[in-house]
Formats: sequence, structure tokens, C-alpha cells
Amino acid sequence: MNKFLGYLIVLALALAAPLVIYPVFLMKLLCFALFASAFNLILGYGGLLSFGHAAFFGGAAYISGHALKVWGLPTELGILVGALSAGVLGLAIGTLAIRRQGIYFAMITLAMAQMAYFVFISSPFTGGENGLQGVPRGTALGLIDLTNDRAMYYFVLAICLAGFLLIARAVHSPFGQVLSAIRDNEDRARSLGYDIERYKLLAFVLSATLAGLAGATKTVVFQLASLTDAHWHMSGEVVLMTLLGGLGTIAGPAVGAGIIVTLQNYLASGPLAAWVPVVLGVIFVTCVLSFRRGVVGELREFLRRSF
Amino acid sequence: MLTDLLGFPPQVLFGQLLLGLINGAFYAVLSLGLAVIFGLLNIVNFAHGALYMLGAFATLGLTQYLGIGYWGALIFAPLIVGAIGVGLERVLLRRLSGIDHLYGLLLTFGLALVIEGTFVKLFGASGIPYPTPEALQGGVNLGFMFLPFYRGWVVVASLAVCVATWYLFERTKIGAYLRAGTENPRLLQAFGVNVPLLTTLAYGYGVALAAFAGVLAAPITQVNPLMGSNLIIVVFAVVVIGGMGSIMGAVVTGLSMGIIEGLTKVFWPEASSTVIFVVMAIVLVLRPAGLFGKPA
Repeated sequence: MNKFLGYLIVLALALAAPLVIYPVFLMKLLCFALFASAFNLILGYGGLLSFGHAAFFGGAAYISGHALKVWGLPTELGILVGALSAGVLGLAIGTLAIRRQGIYFAMITLAMAQMAYFVFISSPFTGGENGLQGVPRGTALGLIDLTNDRAMYYFVLAICLAGFLLIARAVHSPFGQVLSAIRDNEDRARSLGYDIERYKLLAFVLSATLAGLAGATKTVVFQLASLTDAHWHMSGEVVLMTLLGGLGTIAGPAVGAGIIVTLQNYLASGPLAAWVPVVLGVIFVTCVLSFRRGVVGELREFLRRSF
Repeated sequence: MLTDLLGFPPQVLFGQLLLGLINGAFYAVLSLGLAVIFGLLNIVNFAHGALYMLGAFATLGLTQYLGIGYWGALIFAPLIVGAIGVGLERVLLRRLSGIDHLYGLLLTFGLALVIEGTFVKLFGASGIPYPTPEALQGGVNLGFMFLPFYRGWVVVASLAVCVATWYLFERTKIGAYLRAGTENPRLLQAFGVNVPLLTTLAYGYGVALAAFAGVLAAPITQVNPLMGSNLIIVVFAVVVIGGMGSIMGAVVTGLSMGIIEGLTKVFWPEASSTVIFVVMAIVLVLRPAGLFGKPA
């Protein structure tokens, strides 16, 4: 019951937020929260460190941008096309990467994402260094004009909530339980008769698709898809958001994304603008050395011990 | 009479082959360092590219501030960066022993961000040229191609370092300890060998190898804060292809990937930046454990 009340409060806050806070910033926050939550599905629950999720985020950004701008698809369909293409890319990269474990998995995903990055640089449709600019926001369901930031915010909120619900559902389903079992002890899960490769691949594809959903939505918000979205720095950032918020917790990645996006926004306008990568690196090192459970994980541990 | 080979003038073909061989030499030295570090620390050193860059900057700094030229830097830069590596291992990496290997990758990724970010802030993202040492300026015309002395030297020096590393690991007592530490560190410790010290030395040595490559690269690529950041990803792909099991495996894979990349530049330039990743994908399909890896 308490939990339900908590969700209700968060929802009410999310609905009221654009009255107080700049909606574009909130939309950015939501997109990255969804991106990090999708990533958490594979790292937190599957135990697989993907260092290539920027390929899905950035790839979907480009494809939905192209679908909206050049093909003139309706906004919802354009976002869907982006997310699904990220899923297909996830299937291709995932099939290769799950052939190796642990550290090699990370290196393979990183290398494949770098390859995708080079393809994006040299493909004419992405606009190279300039990116894909002037993507139209269009209308929601053919009715609501999305050029209005408030309207756009509620549209993005609906998409991201759907994404979060899907992730929460997946984690608490039998599928999610098996996935955690594989993370904790691969050999035991295998001996129980689970086809662990299929579980890992399904989780990877789901994670890639939702990361793509976040990237595609971000493109509509900013009307721009650029190389930054697909660069390996982006893959690193999403790892950091998830780690900082708390691996394998439902709320952690969103909290982590909130902290990092707010920090970046805050630093970008100050004298420390050029030091952003260094600040992120220091947070990374601190997290790994002394804060491995993340904000939400540490909080949960604290509550568990005190009550 | 050497005229056009496969429709390409031999100058172009052999020129790219030489460039490929040089890149391959860098891949070999860098992946060798990664393998040494992975063997004892079970960490994939994401900061390897940043430390390679530090090697090049150390060369620049030694020349500008201390008047130590290229040849001195070839010795001192790896020592300085190796000492930095020893410090990093003692202060930071050591604290990760016994937990999931992925945290080592994440920690070194954070270190790479810090090191590269700092240098970009201090020196800007554009390159600083470093002169070719006087003794190696110019080149020789081999008939089918022009060989700049410095480029030849890079290949020879890299191979010499690889052979020396092989000798150190396979033919000396400390090498035997290092190999034993890779196999079973606890048993080795039980025999009275100081394994933590060995681990620190292994990290220092791997890092010094990266810095050595950085010194060699300085006159070729210019000294740039981001010179190692994309390179390290290619080296990761090389490591996946070859596996981190053997020294010779790392060297052979590194060199051959460089050559394949060079040849691709001749025949299909657009694909040259992705060819190594494609090879990696093919190897993963055909031989998931890597060319020189042992199947799990």
C-alpha cells in the first residue's frame, strides 16, 4: 500500500512539474531516465555490462529523425520505427556479444557500437558532423500540436511511463526472475534447464529497443539527432547514471539520470563547463571505489538496517 | 619489373602496407600490455589509451622542459608513466581485488575520462607536432617504395619490445613467477612469493609498454590528448580477436590486423575504419574463444 502511495506521489509530481520547471529540461531528464532504466535491465538484472548502448540510443535517434523529416511519418510512428530498428540492431550485436562472457562482452559491445558510429559518420543521411537537424515534432494522434513544450512534455511523459511500466513488469515477471538467476549463477540456471543464451538475448533486445525508444523520443524533443548520441562517451554516461543511481533497483537509474543530467546542465553554464568529462570521471571512480550500491541501493540498505 | 599490382601502383600498395604494419605494431604493443595486466589483475585496463597518450606528452615535456631528447624519452617516458601506473595500482586498483571484474573496467574508464579530460582542458584538442629525431630523418628508396627511416624504426623497435617481453615471460625466473601468478595467485603466495608486489609490477610494466608506444607515435601522429581514446577501442577488438591468453598471439594478431587495415585502405578506403570490427564479428561467429584463446 505504501509503495502504491509512493508511485502516486511521484506521478502527481511528474504531472505538476512543468508548471515549475522548464519543460525541455524535464523532457531531457525523462528521456535519459528511460535510457538508463533500459540499460539497467541488461546490466542490473542480467549482469551483462554493455558498453555499446549509445549505438541503440543514437541509431534510433537517426532513424526516427529520418523517418519524420524525410518520409514524413506521423510522430508516434516515427518514434516506433526508431525503437524497432534499435531492437533489430540489438539483435545483431547481441547475437555476437553473448557468445562471450564478462569482460569480453563489454569489449565486443563497445567495438560493435564503434563500428555503428563509423557507419553513421560516413552515411549521407545522418548529416555527418552537422547531425540531422530540423526534425519536425508534428502532432500527437493527429490532434495535439507538439510544438508547444507543455503538450510535448505530457506526450514524452506518457511514452516514458509506458517504458518504465514495461521494464518494471519484465523485471517482476518469471522472465525477470530467471534473468536474475542467470546473473547470480549462470551454471546453476543452466543446470535447471534454462536456455540461458535465449534469455540473455531477449533481455538484450528488449533493453536495446527501449534505449532506442528513449533516443527516438529525445530526437523529437530537440528536433536533432547528432553524433554525440551515438558516441562511446554516451555509452559511458548511461553506465554511470545506472551505477550512480543503483544497479538492479527499479528507481535507481532514473535517480542517477536525474543527478547526472542536472549536474551537466548546471556545469554547462558555469566556469566548469570544460571540466564536465573530468567531473564525470571522478564520480565514476568514487562510485566504483566506495559507493557500489548507488544512491538508491545505499538508501535501501540504510533503511533495511535501521528498521 | 614491378608495375601495377592488381591495378594499383606499387608505391601506393606498399606505402599503405607499411602504414598498416606501423599501426599493427602499435596494436601489438598495446594489446600485449593489456594482456600482461589482465593476466595478473583480471582487469581490462580502459585507461590504456590515456596512458599511451601520457607517454607521448611525457616525451614532449621531457624535451621542452628538461632538454631530454627523443632517445632519452624512449627510456624515461615509459619509466615515468610506469611509475604513475604503479601509483594508480597501489592507491586505486588494489582496492578492487576480489570483486567483480567489471568494476575494474568501470574504474579505469573513469580514470581515462579524468586523464583525457584534464589534458584536453590544459592543451586543447588539437595536436602538437613533435620532430622526428635527427638520426632518423630522411629515408631510402627501395625501388618499389620509399621507406622513411623513422617508420622502419617504429616497426623494428616495437617488435624488439615484443620479443623482449616474450623473453621476460617465458625464459626468466620473474617471468615464471608472473605466469604462475596468472595461473594460481594463492598457491604462488603460499610458496612465499610476494604476489601483491608482482601484481603492482605487472601493472607498471603493462602501462610502461603503452607509454613506449606513445613515445614511438609522437613524431608520427602529433601529440594529442585524444590520440588514445579511439585507438583503445580498436585494440579491444584486436584483443577479442586474438584472445588474451598468449604473448605471441597478441603480437601476431596485432600485426596482422594492422596489415589487413592497411590493405583495406588501398582496395576499399571507406571500409578501412570498420574492417577490424568486421573481422572481430566473423571470428566471434567462427571461433568464439578467439584465434589464440582456449575454449572455455
